[in-house]
Amino acid sequence: MSSRRSRSRQQTGSSRNITDEQIADLVSKLQQLIPEIRNRPSDTQVSASKVLQETCNYIRSLHREVDDLSDRLSDLLATTDTDSAQAAIIRSLLSQ
Amino acid sequence: MISKGATWNSNSCRIKFARRFVSALLHMRNRNTRPGSLTIEGVRTHTQRIKIAAYLSMAQAVGSRRAWSRAVLSKHGSRARRHSRMGRSSVGLKKTRVIRSYPPGELGQAKKLRQLVPGGKTMDMCSLLEETAHYIKCLATQVKVMQTLADNFSK
Repeated sequence: MSSRRSRSRQQTGSSRNITDEQIADLVSKLQQLIPEIRNRPSDTQVSASKVLQETCNYIRSLHREVDDLSDRLSDLLATTDTDSAQAAIIRSLLSQ
Repeated sequence: MISKGATWNSNSCRIKFARRFVSALLHMRNRNTRPGSLTIEGVRTHTQRIKIAAYLSMAQAVGSRRAWSRAVLSKHGSRARRHSRMGRSSVGLKKTRVIRSYPPGELGQAKKLRQLVPGGKTMDMCSLLEETAHYIKCLATQVKVMQTLADNFSK
C-alpha cells in the first residue's frame, strides 16, 4: 500500500513558496479568535509570536475547562436519576 | 480550501456535537448503573471517559474534513469502534515518515502549538495556523455545550 499521495508532494512543494504575507494573513485571522487579544483596546498591531503565545494559553485554558466540566458532569450524571437527567438534557438542547 | 471567514456553520456543528455527546453520556450512564462504580477509581475513570467522549464527539461532528479531527478520530476511534486490532491501516498518511523541512519563522511558539493541536506535528506552518483556528472554534463550542449541560443538570 504505497500511500505516497500526490497531495503530500504538492504540499511539500507549496510549503517552500509560502510567503510571509500568507502567514501574516493567517495569524491575523487567528488573532480575531482569541478573546484576550480581541478585547484589548489598543489599536497597535500584535506581534506574531505574541499571537501564537496567546493561542497556546487559550487552548490550554479551554482544555482545563473541558477537564473541569467533565468532572462536574461525571458527578452530576452519577447522582441524578433518569427522569431529571432526561429533563435536563432536553432543556439544554432546547435552550440553544 | 480556505473557508471564507464568517460562513462557518457554528449552529450545525454545535447541534451535531450536542447530539453525539448526549447520546454518549446516556449510553455511558446505562452501562454504569453497577454499585461498584462509585469508588474513587471508578469516578476518576468516569471523568476520563466523559472527557474522551467529548473530544471524540466533536471530532466526529466535524468528520474527516479537517486534519485535526482526523488525528483525534484515528487516536481514539479505533478503540471505541473496533475491539480487535485489525491489521489494515486505512489512514495511509500517518504511516509515511516524511521528513519535512519546516519553513522558518516563529519556530519557538509554533513548537508548543504543534503539541497542543491534534495532528499538529506533521503540518506545515500554513496548515497549522488554519487548523488551529478551526480547532479553537470547535473547542469553544464544545465548552459552551458542556457548560449548558452542566448548568441544566444542577437546576
